[in-house]
Amino acid sequence: MQHQLLIGYDDRHTFLNRLSGSTKLLCFVGLSIIGMMTYDTRYLLAIMALSLVVFRFSKIKYRDVSFVLSVIVGFSVLNLVMVYVFAPHYGVSIYGTEHLLLGTSDHYFNLTVEQLFYEFNLLLKYTFAVPLALIFLMTTNPSEFAASLNKIGISYRISYSVAIALRYIPDVQADYRTISLAQQARGFEMSKKAHLLTRVRGGLQILLPLIFSSLDRIETISQAMELRRFGKGKKRSWYMAQRFKRNDYLALAIVAVLILIGIALFKVNGGRFWNPFKA
Amino acid sequence: MQKQSSSIRTVVATGIGAAVIFVLMKFVAIPTGVPNTQVNVAMGFLALLGAIFGPVAAGLAVFIGHALNDFVTYGSPWWTWVIVDGLIGFAFGLAHKRLNIQNGKLGTAKLVWFNIYQIVVNFIGWVLLAPTGDIIIYHEPANKVFIQGIVTWITDSISVAIIGTILLVLYARTRTKGGSLTKER
Amino acid sequence: MSAPIISFKDFSFQYHSQSEPTLRHINLDIYPGEKVLIAGPSGCGKSTLGRCLNGLIPQSFPGKLTGSVTVAGTEMRASSIFDRSLAVGTVLQDPDSQFVGLTVAEDVAFSLENDQQPQAAMKAATAKWARTLDLTELLSHRPQELSGGQKQRVAMAGVLIDNSKILLFDEPLASLDPASGKASMALVEQLTRSDNLTVIIIEHRIEDVLQQPIDRLVVMQDGQIVANDRPETILRQSLLAQLGLREPLYLSALKFAGVPLDSCRHLDRLPELTVPNLTAQLQRWTNGVQLKQPVRHDEALLTIEHLQFGYDPDRPIINDLSVTLNRGEMISLVGQNGTGKSTLNNLITGFLTPQAGTMRFNGHPLAGQSVKERADQIGYILQDPNQMLSKTMIFDEVAAGLVLRGVDEVTIEQRVNRVLKVCGLYEFRHWPTAALSFGQKKRVTIAAILVMQPAMLILDEPTAGQDLKHYTEMMRFLTQLNREQQITIMLITHDMHLMLEYTDRTIVLGNGGILMDAAPADVLTNATIIEQASLAKTSLYQLAEAHHIDPTEFVAKFVQTDREARKCNTNS
Ligand SMILES: Nc1ncnc2c1ncn2[C@@H]1O[C@H](COP(=O)(O)OP(=O)(O)OP(=O)(O)O)[C@@H](O)[C@H]1O
Ligand SMILES: Nc1ncnc2c1ncn2[C@@H]1O[C@H](COP(=O)(O)OP(=O)(O)OP(=O)(O)O)[C@@H](O)[C@H]1O
Ligand SMILES: [Mg+2]
Ligand SMILES: [Mg+2]
Repeated sequence: MQHQLLIGYDDRHTFLNRLSGSTKLLCFVGLSIIGMMTYDTRYLLAIMALSLVVFRFSKIKYRDVSFVLSVIVGFSVLNLVMVYVFAPHYGVSIYGTEHLLLGTSDHYFNLTVEQLFYEFNLLLKYTFAVPLALIFLMTTNPSEFAASLNKIGISYRISYSVAIALRYIPDVQADYRTISLAQQARGFEMSKKAHLLTRVRGGLQILLPLIFSSLDRIETISQAMELRRFGKGKKRSWYMAQRFKRNDYLALAIVAVLILIGIALFKVNGGRFWNPFKA
Repeated sequence: MQKQSSSIRTVVATGIGAAVIFVLMKFVAIPTGVPNTQVNVAMGFLALLGAIFGPVAAGLAVFIGHALNDFVTYGSPWWTWVIVDGLIGFAFGLAHKRLNIQNGKLGTAKLVWFNIYQIVVNFIGWVLLAPTGDIIIYHEPANKVFIQGIVTWITDSISVAIIGTILLVLYARTRTKGGSLTKER
Repeated sequence: MSAPIISFKDFSFQYHSQSEPTLRHINLDIYPGEKVLIAGPSGCGKSTLGRCLNGLIPQSFPGKLTGSVTVAGTEMRASSIFDRSLAVGTVLQDPDSQFVGLTVAEDVAFSLENDQQPQAAMKAATAKWARTLDLTELLSHRPQELSGGQKQRVAMAGVLIDNSKILLFDEPLASLDPASGKASMALVEQLTRSDNLTVIIIEHRIEDVLQQPIDRLVVMQDGQIVANDRPETILRQSLLAQLGLREPLYLSALKFAGVPLDSCRHLDRLPELTVPNLTAQLQRWTNGVQLKQPVRHDEALLTIEHLQFGYDPDRPIINDLSVTLNRGEMISLVGQNGTGKSTLNNLITGFLTPQAGTMRFNGHPLAGQSVKERADQIGYILQDPNQMLSKTMIFDEVAAGLVLRGVDEVTIEQRVNRVLKVCGLYEFRHWPTAALSFGQKKRVTIAAILVMQPAMLILDEPTAGQDLKHYTEMMRFLTQLNREQQITIMLITHDMHLMLEYTDRTIVLGNGGILMDAAPADVLTNATIIEQASLAKTSLYQLAEAHHIDPTEFVAKFVQTDREARKCNTNS
């Protein structure tokens, strides 16, 4: 556990691993944005299918991601139920028709094809980016990540902040564990059984040493970085940066085309929604 | 020259701050029962981070920490909330001049002011911006996202009021004024 | 002689928050190619002096300066920290926070990245220094996967890559095992000579640094330089002992044996030490000391059988380990960096769960007991007190454990005050913990555990980075607890001094099991074990061997004499 950064990056020796981090980042961000904007079910399904195919190629094992997947399923189901509870007629108002499945029009909790279809779209939107994100996370070397951010135009200081976060998350996590155990040894009850207020108080008890030692850490790390000339120039080079190769340009071109199709569909559909009920 | 050092400190504070926020979000969240909302210990820490290091560090730290956490738990970030969190962090950081926690005591007046400020900031963030973003970007039904927003507003305000205030007070106590340290034998 | 490369002229410095200067009227010249050791009690201003060299003062630590510091020809006020860092390479005390890269390679190349060097140049330079420092295999490793000694070498590579002519080390040995420490010092020596570097080392473990030649020893006290000379002269005058610093062990042995120090040549270099008739004098002393029977402890307190654990079960760190600790023992647990000492204690205290094996405490199995229940009997004091302190006031901190156990207020008050008195913290009881020094914080954490009246104490590196005075205070206090209350104490340590002088039994951990379990004097004279467990021969061993005395006997007698001398000192 401790030895894995976030969810496990590993060099699985696929073409995805060899793509530059900047390429993957740009592709991921581009597809996420267009996917967030559109409600065209066909488009979302196509992107989803495509990313699942790419996911196959990435050689990521199912058991490495099964936990994340179960969380996502739980999250989506909860949200879908909530949407239904709060707005069971929302689909009808979007698509402008009503095809009843259960109940009658004047029931609050009735079920329409439109609502089902709308919620299916929502589900797609919650999940379509997941394979892309997993591919990105699990095939990009964390060391290359900051360099990629810098390359796509984010300032090197901010990019390096991200690198520091990635560097110290395992340390803070280990600290948190140690501190929490040390406090438990003193008798602070932290288990699920305890009363909410007791748990808050217990949490604070761990929080204080964790926070104060982190603040100390900020001071010493700034000194160490300053002594090695961080922030000297307007730019900085990166040991782990990767050059663009043919495949990078290819991938970017494909994604650009996909995005253009997405934009064209706005025109065709006359808006963000594709309405199959209009007929 | 002094400026140079403080910009490095901002970079480091952003990185370490993001790491702490990540860990707090992932391990120390206390669920309230409403989906996607929890008593958010990280927000209390964010108030302290903003008060010490200012708007840029706090805003970016929570943005990075929250985005990484979403990546790891949900596969991909819920951007509207991540951005709103970043803005709230930035707003908390704006309080750092007025709180002036680095040197000097933190009186009740300042704490009351800060708490009113944070409740307003949270209101703007969670009740106005986040749901609007969800409606525009994700096209979710209004009453659903507003309920979520209001619950988050309440829980976050409470977390900052309790945990944030305690942290601010404790931190202020550890600070010393210029020329005040003498060896006591 | 050529012009000094570093020159302090009537230099004083006062931190912004202090009411008095921390450095006062420093005059110090250091010449190119010199290797200088700076020693002095904790808080005397050694690190502050270092910060003046590398430019952190005044850039990161504002304050008032008078006088001048010139480094490599430029005055401190005339150069920025970035220019300065090219002249002076600094290896900070804590390699963990110095390690800013995600992997070894990135960390080594860090300063070149900031200089915007092209990738090819960086790769070449990194590969070159990795080869020199034996890091090639580790280039793609993350900091969490390295041992303390390896991290130290990474830090050195990251600084050496700048080709600075001056190197500054702030307490390089604090968390290294003796063999790694020795290797680090040897490496520094080699680089000093081959690249003609000027090296400044700040360190409490004087004996360990003196294993390699040192040109000059500077002793500081209270912000001033009180001695500045060749090590030999300072050692001969016994200045270290007078100033409250630790002398090398062999020097104490010579004194015990009544050897007049004036007659010694090369007093700072044991291998070259020449004293007329030394063999006869030492042998006479050895024959004159009668070894006493050690006190026996045989009431088992903690029994561990066939313990098995690995963070990754396929790679066990603790492998079929069995041992019994008895009531009233004072034990040292030693071994290489990363061999599993902390892991073993985490298993005993329930922080980790073993994969197999049994542990019984006082006859009761530990398996079913929670962390808290175990803590009632076994107090565990972590290496870093900042990980344990959770209250702002000292009294509350110590009382916390009792409050949570629902003890009534009157009893709490009584027990806390008694423990605070025992720990010498009674006067500070209403102070905030933030106002204490590292050593005092450490004692607060011990007090907070002692108040729960455990039958056994485990301390992780209790004396790391502490000066002789605080070290002696802490150890005297622990010894007293051990004697008077029959508390079993286990110390994890890399300090061979400590293990030799204060403990009765040494457990050597290595290869997942126990390599040796014997009296400290026996362990430290066993060449095979020393090799396997990365320990170091003490100077006593070398002294005895060179003069045809049985090392084990000699060391044991030294320890006994030393303890008796110490007892006299305390009583008087
Ligand atoms: N940033 C600071 N602000 C104010 N005072 C400081 C600061 N750093 C150190 N001091 C004070 O300066 C004095 C000398 O500290 P310094 O760290 O130089 O000691 P040292 O000799 O290196 O001790 P040690 O052996 O414990 O590392 C101490 O009394 C300390 O309280
Ligand atoms: N949380 C963890 N997850 C995985 N491996 C770990 C973890 N903690 C320690 N290790 C590994 O286990 C081994 C033993 O570590 P441990 O901390 O017990 O060593 P140690 O003997 O205490 O060393 P030191 O003298 O440096 O303190 C090391 O190789 C370390 O890298
Ligand atoms: Mg120091
Ligand atoms: Mg350890």
